[in-house]
Order: sequence, then C-alpha cells, then structure tokens
Amino acid sequence: MSLSIDQVRWIAHLARLELKPEELESSASQLSAILNHINELQKVNTDSVEPMAHALDLFNVFRPDELKPSLPVDEALENAPDRKGNFYGVPAVLDL
Amino acid sequence: MASNNLTEKTALELSRLFTNKEVSAVDITKAFLANISQREERVKSFLHVDQELALQQARNLDSKLQQGGKLGPLAGVPIAIKDNIATKGTKTTCASKILENFVPPYNAHVIEKLTQADAIFIGKTNLDEFAMGSSTENSAFQTTRNPWNLDCIPGGSSGGSAAAVAACEAPISLGSDTGGSIRQPASLCGIVGLKPTYGRVSRYGLFAYASSLDQIGTFSHDVSDTALLMNVIAGHDSRDSTSSPEAVPDYLANLDKPISSLTIGVAREYFTGGLDPEVEKSVRTALDVLKNQGATIKEVSLPHSPYAIATYYLVATAEASSNLARYDGVHYGHRSKDHKNLIDMYSKSRGEGFGAEVKRRIMLGTYALSSGYIDAYYLKALKVRRLIREDFDKAFAGCDVVAGPTSPTCAFKAGEKSSDPLAMYLSDIYTISCNLAGIPGISIPCGFNSKGLPIGLQLLGAPFSEEKLLRVARLYEMNSDWHTKRPKL
Repeated sequence: MSLSIDQVRWIAHLARLELKPEELESSASQLSAILNHINELQKVNTDSVEPMAHALDLFNVFRPDELKPSLPVDEALENAPDRKGNFYGVPAVLDL
Repeated sequence: MASNNLTEKTALELSRLFTNKEVSAVDITKAFLANISQREERVKSFLHVDQELALQQARNLDSKLQQGGKLGPLAGVPIAIKDNIATKGTKTTCASKILENFVPPYNAHVIEKLTQADAIFIGKTNLDEFAMGSSTENSAFQTTRNPWNLDCIPGGSSGGSAAAVAACEAPISLGSDTGGSIRQPASLCGIVGLKPTYGRVSRYGLFAYASSLDQIGTFSHDVSDTALLMNVIAGHDSRDSTSSPEAVPDYLANLDKPISSLTIGVAREYFTGGLDPEVEKSVRTALDVLKNQGATIKEVSLPHSPYAIATYYLVATAEASSNLARYDGVHYGHRSKDHKNLIDMYSKSRGEGFGAEVKRRIMLGTYALSSGYIDAYYLKALKVRRLIREDFDKAFAGCDVVAGPTSPTCAFKAGEKSSDPLAMYLSDIYTISCNLAGIPGISIPCGFNSKGLPIGLQLLGAPFSEEKLLRVARLYEMNSDWHTKRPKL
C-alpha cells in the first residue's frame, strides 16, 4: 500500500491544509508506512461485529431548553484575529 | 522547615501541614516556585508560570485559614495543569503555534472543581502539540527532559505534567490520556498516573483530540494523592454529554484496606512486542509482591491486543481530523497574513499553525474518513474496537485487575525516535487498548533499570472500578518504597 503525491495532495485539499512540496513528499512515504501497519486489521474477522463508536452506554442526554446568559460579545471576540465591530472579519465569500 | 523538604512532600502531607498551621500556603508556594526557578532551565516542564497569581492565591488561603474559613481538601497544595485544559484568563496553547496567544474566556470543569477545593494553580505544563505524541518532542515550543536523566524524554503527551511532579516542581498535576498520555509518562518519570474510566471526569474545557478516547487524569508521587485528587475532580457535569451519572465513591476512605480474595490477571500479550528484559523482570517481581500479599495470579487472554495500535491510529486520527477542523483562523488562533480568498485563508492558517505530527494525523484521519475508504479503514477499526472491549469484558469476568508493564522500555533519548513516527507509535503498545475499551488504568512505580531509569507497573480495571484499582495499587505501594524516591537535580 503506497500513496502517490497526487493522492496526498487531494487529502490535504480535503483537510484544508496547505503543505509545502517537501511536506507532500514526506507525507507520502510516512503515511504509506503507517497504512501498511494499519492494513494488519484486514486479517481480523469482523463479519458479525457491530461497530463500537463509544465506550459508554449513554444515549440521548437531554437538558431543558431554557434561556441562560451566554458569553458576553466582548469576551467572545477577545481572541478574534480580525474583529469588525461585533463581528469576525473574513475575506469576501461572494464576488459583488 | 527547609524548602527542599517541603517540595518532596505529598499533597496530603502538605495540606495537613497547612491546615495544622505548621507552614503557610505562601511558604509552600514559594518553596515550589524556588524549585521551578532552579530546575526549569534543565527540565522544561512548564510553558507558563504565573508567580504573582500563585502567590496571590496562597495569600488568600492564609487569610482564610486565619479567619477560620472552611477549607477545601486541596488547601495549600500547588497543582500544575497540562496546557490543553482551559484556564480563564491564562494562556492555553496546546503547545501549538496555532494557539500561541489564545486566552480562554472560560474555565474547564476540573479547574472549577480545583478552585472550589482551594488548590493553588502554579503553572501550565508542556505537551506534545494537541496531545499527539509520546515524548513532548512534538511541542512547538520546547522538549521537556526526564528528571531522572536529562538526556532522555519524559514520555508524552503529558510529559510536562509528569516531569513537573517527578522534579518536585509541583506535588500533583493534571494531564490527559487518549492512548497512554498519562500512564506512559508517569511510568517513564517514576510517579503514579491514573487514566480514569471514560466519562468519570468531565471533559468540558479539555481541548479535544479524539473525543471518544480523551480523558482527564492525575499525576502524583503516591496512590493516596491520586485518590485525594480524584475525590475532587470526578463526577457528573451536564456540560459534557458523555459525563457519567454514576455515583462517585470516596476513593481515600478505604484505600488502605486490601481487596479480599484478590485475583490479578496477567495477559500473555502484554509480555511481547519488544519488551525490555529489565522492565519485564521488575514487573514480574512486582507481581510476586502482590502474590505474597495473598493475591492469586491468573493468566488471561486479550487476543485482539496486537491490533490495538492500528485500531487506535484510525479511530483517533479520524476524530482528530474532525475536531481540529475548528482551527481555521476565523474565530481565534493563528490567521495567515497572506491569503487570496477564504479557502486559501483556512489552508494557509492551518499549514502555518500546525506542526508535522498534527498534520500527519489530520491527513491520516481525513483519508480514513474519505469517500471510498471509510468502510475499509474507519468502520473496520470501530468493529475491531468492539472486539478489544469484549476481550476485557471476558478477562474481568475472571479477575479484578489486569497487570503488566506500562511501557515496553524505559525512557529513551531525545531524538531517538523523532524521525520515525511508526516507531514512536509502537511505544504505546500496552496503554492504547485501555482507551479504546474506555476502562480505567493506572501506572505505579515498580523499580529502576541498571541505568537508573524508572519502570512502571500498569493495572487495568473494569469500567468505574477506580476504587478497587486504587486499593490494589496501594497494596503494592505499601509493600514497596519506589514511590518515595526522588531524582537528584
């Protein structure tokens, strides 16, 4: 099992992760080595096994839908990389 | 009392000295701050220490004691906190450049509990970036050193919290454990580290790595301090929907009482996989100690253990790729200065802000979840995860705890494994199944190798059996003296 540079580039795109050319190359070889180890799993017979997403038998944890104070705007925006008034500034999404 | 004597004491001893008015909280805090200033340059446990804030809390406690106010169970006890646990008004970086200047506007649940218990926050500790690693070498800021040998790593990812306690820079600390990140550094640093049952301690305010595996836990010199700290942090919290409503026992109350007709399971699978002969010898000797105390030693089988690492690196990375999607440069954290449009801003901010291991795990997880591969990788891993859990359920039907080594080797040299991610992953071979199964596990000191590096004994228990697990650990501790050793620094 080995990943091509093009496959790595596609995964990086899906992950919204810009990788430098040397990172693309090292990722291809390192991820291939890890996937080779992971392919051991194919040896395990899991035909009648249900997937286990979680270790606890907790289901549908509800709380009453009540109004409560939330984080004040100034505190919520304290860490904003680009604050514009009471909003987060971001590059334009639409061409106007 | 000489300050070095104070810093070698346990949290229980310190809280008694304080409440009996033998030593002030300010003197305790100053003693640990003095150790930090003498040792940090070599050990590098901490990312931030706020001396003034720590001393202010200590002064407040001293006046509370003078005025006869009611004191919490950790009154006068300094504590170090892994820097992936949110502390309001104090930087919380996850040892990542992407959160280098992040100051949380809220406290984690455990921080609220510790505040109510009158603990003194002494600093935030180093970790592998976003808790991804086994040595702290993946920290964007520094590599912590093992207090027993400064050429070696302390283990990880909670290496800073483990080294801080081992180096007597704090008597207790908190870490998080997703695949061994508390137990492995505790083992490598010669201290006690507990990963509680999944859901036992609220994850509210713990920066998520792999949400179905992450659990906050404790570091201390001995098992009594683990029980003391668990009494404070365990329990239900409605802000974490996976927090368990199961009642919390008093872990300290019956700690010294041995379990009647104790049966210890020993899994053949935990004595393979590159186990160092010196580690094996110490662990087998520790099992003899428990046998001499009346325990029955019984062989058990965990046949799916060899698949735990592969399962973990699919489940954990898949969850990580989703959890870490929030770091996109929009609301907080690093935003790239140079970008063409919104998507480009996301990609560049993340490319610049994340380190190599975090990128590798996001990539692996994204691949495991991507169209065409999810069945072969992610779903396959979830099925093997169930088989791993069922192995433990069967084992615990016939024994009280499963015992074995925590780590296949003692601490390794810095740089030794950092260029080979797979070799680093394999160092977690004995700790990872515990997280996949959601059960509690503890590492306690059980010896040293010929080079003077600590060795840890791992005990695993059934879900929510922490009380029993701690009593078994305490039984060993009462018949050994490894937990009283401190490194010369």
